[in-house]
Amino acid sequence: MDFDLSSDQEALRDGVRALCEGRFTIEFIRTLIDGVGVDRGRWRELADTGVFSLVLPESAGGVGLGYADAAVVFEELGRALVPGPLVGTFLAAGVLDGAATGETIVGLVERPRADDGFGDGRTQAAYVEYLGALDALLVIDDDGVWQVDAAALLAEARQPKPLDPLTPVWRVENLPQGTRVADAAAAQRWREVGATLTSALQLGVATGACDLATEYAKSRMQFGKPIGQFQAVKHMCADMVTRNEVCRAAVYWAGCALDDPEVGDPARAASVARIQADHASSENGKDCVQVHGGMGYTWEVDAHLFLKRGWVLATQFGSADEHAERMATYV
Amino acid sequence: MTPAVASPPVDLLYTDAELSFRDELREWLHDVLPSVGQQPDTSDFAAKREFDTAWQRTLYDAGYAGINWPREFGGRGATPTEQLIFIEESERARAPYVGCNFVGLLHAGPTLIMEATDEQRALHLPAILKGEHPWCQGFSEPGAGSDLASLATRAYRDGDYYVVSGQKIWTSYAQIADYCELLVRTNVEAPKHRGISWLIMPMDLPGLEVRPIRTAHGDSEFSEMFLDEVRIPVANLVGAENDGWRVAMVTFSFERGTAFISDVISSAQDLRDLAGIAKKVLRKGASAWEDAEIRREIGRLQADYDAMWALTKRNVSQAQRTGMVGPGGSVFKLFLADVQKRSSTLAYKLLGRMTMAYSDLGGMTEIDFVGDRVYTLTLSIAAGTSQIQRNIIGERVLGLPKER
Repeated sequence: MDFDLSSDQEALRDGVRALCEGRFTIEFIRTLIDGVGVDRGRWRELADTGVFSLVLPESAGGVGLGYADAAVVFEELGRALVPGPLVGTFLAAGVLDGAATGETIVGLVERPRADDGFGDGRTQAAYVEYLGALDALLVIDDDGVWQVDAAALLAEARQPKPLDPLTPVWRVENLPQGTRVADAAAAQRWREVGATLTSALQLGVATGACDLATEYAKSRMQFGKPIGQFQAVKHMCADMVTRNEVCRAAVYWAGCALDDPEVGDPARAASVARIQADHASSENGKDCVQVHGGMGYTWEVDAHLFLKRGWVLATQFGSADEHAERMATYV
Repeated sequence: MTPAVASPPVDLLYTDAELSFRDELREWLHDVLPSVGQQPDTSDFAAKREFDTAWQRTLYDAGYAGINWPREFGGRGATPTEQLIFIEESERARAPYVGCNFVGLLHAGPTLIMEATDEQRALHLPAILKGEHPWCQGFSEPGAGSDLASLATRAYRDGDYYVVSGQKIWTSYAQIADYCELLVRTNVEAPKHRGISWLIMPMDLPGLEVRPIRTAHGDSEFSEMFLDEVRIPVANLVGAENDGWRVAMVTFSFERGTAFISDVISSAQDLRDLAGIAKKVLRKGASAWEDAEIRREIGRLQADYDAMWALTKRNVSQAQRTGMVGPGGSVFKLFLADVQKRSSTLAYKLLGRMTMAYSDLGGMTEIDFVGDRVYTLTLSIAAGTSQIQRNIIGERVLGLPKER
């Protein structure tokens, strides 16, 4: 048994980190605010690096790696706050032409259930991330994965002010049924992969928030000392590390379970990852703001971007409460 | 970033050798456990010593004593993974815990292996492995808790003896131990970390008095030790004089690394019992299980134990690679303390007014949830408080400046 990154995985992580530091600086990412949230050129660079084709076999033009490797990659993308429908396009690679190569930007949204709503007979609207940037939109439900006409939806959708300025959303009143592109069994697998990789993104967000807070705690002086010297601040940072490490163990375990069910039930592991990742990203985001004090509440400091990304990702692939319900069935 | 060949996924599976180690152990536990008697009452220390010694001897005869000790010192020389398997299987089978042999096997013994002379090793290591000589730990003092290096128990040389006077506290099993790993101050002039020595103290020396401390739980798990001119032979010095702080630290992180792994397994087993209680307990005609808040908290706790098990495997893997238990031990301990307290709160929510008594929980359960609720208070205090763990993480992982 060796549950630590292999040297290849470390190289993979370092490679993605270098890509993010060079091509997805926060200064660049902030230029996407008020647009559709995706830059087509940079999206192609992600694809060229293999982000979307990681688990496709080499014979199909993929990188031929596994989901544990994908978790490591998505953690880095989350840490850099790389925006865009990363998980949707990853899942669509191999199913929709051009997804793997970055030519087709693919979104994925859970179909609102007919019995969800406000009791007034109307079905709940769908909120579609990055709709304005999409070439294709997939809808997932218990019966499968369906393709709908993204352009037609965009024409009718409303665009409210988004919580996360880097995750623009569109409100779609009625999602059409669409054309089935994958069956119910595939949809179940997509949910497990989607939950795991969304958790990996959140792990990165939580880690990035911890890094930012720590850097500030070392440099910000009050009472003649760096504030990180005070236990009240130091311990907040230490709690962020604890959440990260618990979350990291859960996310990597979920990646390994997707690669080999002998190490664990992938559905169960995905739920564990989801619960830990929601907790880590939202709590670390809040603590990051708190460590920054008043500056943490400004637009200029990135703390709110980490917190908001964590909050947005928490709404995807099942809430922590839904996953807690599922976990109760395993006890 | 494209490796030429697919990297092997993180390897969470046991190797064939590890699997056969596990199967052999399982079979042995299955055969031997029925003949092991009932655990004695925790307040009967003489019976406890007898029970723990007998179990340690059983382990020794079967070749499982000193699971992680090197072979040349009589141990099994198991890898950290095999050690994890040993803890996991023992706990699942509800085998006896290491008990009063804890300090000898997990702390003093490994320290002697690293730092002692051949004579000291020959005298003590076999007896520890066989369970013949329980040890206790004389580190903390009333004035030196989290700031252990400020300890003041004084030792001065008188010929071939150290003459030791002072007071120690939180000494588990002092009533029944034969030896004590004792930290004393041999140089009051030097900086506090550089004037400490590590001594082997026989527990039958004149001038030593042990007074049990009654804990909040009501039992006497710990004692105080009063030393009044206790004469300890210089031959019992381990490592160099005034180098005792380093000697103690050699194995200190170990306690944070593996000592609490069995708690994860037993707590996950207890959670199943709690879920069973939730399905039985009725409130206004509906079972507590039908309360979504209760159900989700049970689910969250299961998710936490699963994550903690994954974290354990990461820590063990890192120990296997580096030979050290890193700050992952501090992370694990902080998380465990938090989760255990939540689990105790859940037990209270389910059992309600029955939790005013330690025993007789309406026939609902054999598990001591009420005693555990009190005991969980120690998880954020013993072996380095949660605040000290946070300092360790803040300073050693994040590089934040020290307060001092």
